[in-house]
Amino acid sequence: MKIAVCIKRVPEMDVNFKIAPSGKAVDETGLKWDMSDFDGYAVEAALQLTEKAGAGEAHVISLGPDVVQETLRKALSMGVARAVHLQSDVVPFDGYAIASALAAELKDGGYDLIMFGKMSIDGASGVVQFAVAEMLDLPIVHACSSLRIEGGKGTARREIEGGGELVSFTLPAVVSIDEGIARPRYPSLKGIMSAKKKPLDIKPAQLGDVRLTVEKVELPPPRAAGRIIGEGAAAVPELVRLLQNEAKVL
Amino acid sequence: MPNVLAFAEARGGELRKVAFEAVTAARQLADDVGGEVHAILVGPAGTGGKAAALAEFGADVIVVSEHAGFANYAPEATAALVAERVKGGDYRAVVFSASAQGKDLAPRTAAKLRSAIATDVTSFSLSGDALVVTHPGYTGKVMHTLKLVGSPAMLSLRAGAITTVRKAGAGRVESVAPTADPGAGRVTVTETVLGDSKKLDLGEAPIIVSGGRGLKAAENFKLVEDLAAAFGNAAVGATRAVTDEGWRPHSDQIGQTGRLVSPDLYVAVGISGAIQHLAGMRTAKCIVAINKDKEAPIFKVADYGIVGDAFEVVPALTAAVKQAKQSTH
Ligand SMILES: Cc1cc2nc3c(=O)[nH]c(=O)nc-3n(C[C@H](O)[C@H](O)[C@H](O)COP(=O)(O)OP(=O)(O)OC[C@H]3O[C@@H](n4cnc5c(N)ncnc54)[C@H](O)[C@@H]3O)c2cc1C
Ligand SMILES: Nc1ncnc2c1ncn2[C@@H]1O[C@H](COP(=O)(O)O)[C@@H](O)[C@H]1O
Repeated sequence: MKIAVCIKRVPEMDVNFKIAPSGKAVDETGLKWDMSDFDGYAVEAALQLTEKAGAGEAHVISLGPDVVQETLRKALSMGVARAVHLQSDVVPFDGYAIASALAAELKDGGYDLIMFGKMSIDGASGVVQFAVAEMLDLPIVHACSSLRIEGGKGTARREIEGGGELVSFTLPAVVSIDEGIARPRYPSLKGIMSAKKKPLDIKPAQLGDVRLTVEKVELPPPRAAGRIIGEGAAAVPELVRLLQNEAKVL
Repeated sequence: MPNVLAFAEARGGELRKVAFEAVTAARQLADDVGGEVHAILVGPAGTGGKAAALAEFGADVIVVSEHAGFANYAPEATAALVAERVKGGDYRAVVFSASAQGKDLAPRTAAKLRSAIATDVTSFSLSGDALVVTHPGYTGKVMHTLKLVGSPAMLSLRAGAITTVRKAGAGRVESVAPTADPGAGRVTVTETVLGDSKKLDLGEAPIIVSGGRGLKAAENFKLVEDLAAAFGNAAVGATRAVTDEGWRPHSDQIGQTGRLVSPDLYVAVGISGAIQHLAGMRTAKCIVAINKDKEAPIFKVADYGIVGDAFEVVPALTAAVKQAKQSTH
C-alpha cells in the first residue's frame, strides 16, 4: 500500500494574533508553527494503515516556503518514508492554486490512497482535497472519523449532525481525515535520528491560477471580560435573574 | 438576468433548518441582481412535497429530483446534478449550507466546475463583479474578508449565520431525473446511522449545556441532561476530555477539532476552558460557567460565572429554571 499525505505548516493557535501592516495577513512575528491538527491525524492514520498492511510506505508533501521542511522532517521522524517539498514563498489562500501544484506532484506517484486533513486549521476551508480529487479524477471521501482498507476497497464513517454515515469507496481514492481515527504519535529519538537520512526532495511548486483572494483580515471584536457572580447554589437565583432580565435568554 | 441557485438540504424526506437559511440567502443575493431563486431538492419519492415550503422563503423554481438512491446522501450523483443545473442556467451564485453534508457537497460541486468557492461563510454581499464574503479562520480568532471572482461564485453558509425570512417566491416545480445513478458511484453511503431524532442538533439548538471532565463519570451527565430538559430547547455538548473517556460520543464534542457552535446561551459545567474548547464556543451570545476552581480559564470568557461544585449548583439551577419557565407560562 502506497499512501501520500498532504500536510500544511500552520501557526499554533494558542496566542492572540495580530494583523500584519498589509491588513491582508496575520502578523507572523514570534509565532510558533506545527503540522495542522487534522493533517497530523492523517499522517498517523497513514502510518497505521501501512503498518497493518505490513507492506508499502507513506510519503508526505507540503507546499510552502523553505521552513515547511521542518514540518516534513517531523513527519519523517514519525515514520514516514519520504518527503517532498513543493517550494513556494507564497501560500495562496485559494485552494485550487495549491491543489494544482499538489496534483501535478501526485499524478504519477502510483498512490493507492491520497490523504488530507479535513481542513487546515488556519485557512479552515476544506477545499484543497476536493480540487485534487477532481484534477486526478479520483473518488473522494471527506471527513472520515474511521477508515478501513480491505480487499482493494475502502470503508469509512463520517460524522453528521446527530449521527454518522457509513461509506464504501473504490481505490485508488482521496480521503480527508477528521478527529477520531488516531492521535498523532510523538517522534521517538530513533525516529528523529533516522529522519535525517530519509529522502526529502525539493521541487518548485507549479501553482494554479487564483480566483479567490483575501481582501482583508481582522480580529473579531473581543468578548467582554468574564464576571463571577457568586459562589455555590446560593448564586443560582441571581443567575436566573440575569438570564431573564439582562441576557434575555430565559 | 442572472439567477441564484440554492441547495436545499433534506434528510429522510424532511427539509432541514439550514435549507431555509440557504434559500433566504439566495433570495437576498437574487434581489441584488434582480434575478430568480432556484432551489434544488433531492431525496427519495415524496420529497417533492416539501417544495411549497421552500417557495414561502422565496424560491421561484424548485428543481426536484426524486430517486430511491437519494435516501442516503449520494455525494457523486448529487454533485453531478447540481453541476448540470449550473451549466444549463445563468447563475450568478450558488448557495450551499456548511452542514456536514454541505461541507462535502459544496467543494465537490465547485471542483467539478472549477468555480471559486468560499466555505463556512458568516456574511456575504455582491459588490461590483465580485462576491465578497466573511470567512472565520484560525479557530475563529481571525476573520477573513474574501473576494470571489467569476460566475457562478459558490459559498457554503454557516448554520445560524442568517435569520430566515419569509418572502413568497413563484414556487414553480420542475422535476428532473438524476444525471448519474445515485445508487452507483465510486463513493456510496451504505447506511445513515441516526441517534435519537427528537434530540436537538448542537448546530441548531438555541441553548447548549456542556459537560467536562469535572462531571467525573458518564452517568453524571444526567445532571446536564436534566438541565437541558428544563430549558426545553437545549442540546448537550461535551469536551474532548469527555469524548476521549467515552462518556459521550465524539459527535457531541465542541471545539477546535469538534463542532463549532454559536448558541444564544452556552452553559459550561465542569469545563476548564482550554483554548481548543473555547475555539468551538467563543462566539456564543451568552456564556455561563460553573466550575469549582475560581482560577479556571473558562471564567475569563463567561458572562456569568458561578464558583462551586457542579453536583450542588446544577440541580439547584435545574429546579430554578423549571420554576422560571412555569411562572412565565
Ligand atoms: C490538537 C488538540 C485538539 C483539541 N481539540 C479539542 C476540542 O475540539 N474540544 C475540546 O473540548 N478539547 C480539545 N482539546 C483538549 C483540550 O486541550 C482540553 O484538554 C480539554 O478541553 C479539557 O476538557 P475539560 O475541560 O473537560 O477537562 P479539564 O481540563 O480536566 O477540566 C475539568 C474542570 O472541571 C472542574 N471541576 C472538577 N470537579 C468539579 C466539580 N465537582 N464541580 C465543578 N467543576 C469541577 C475543574 O476545576 C476543571 O476546571 C484538544 C487538544 C489538542 C492538543
Ligand atoms: N500548503 C499545503 N501543502 C500541503 N497540503 C496542504 C496545503 N494546504 C492545504 N493542504 C491540505 O489540504 C487540506 C485542506 O486544506 P484547506 O482547504 O486549506 O482547509 C489540509 O488539511 C491539508 O491536508
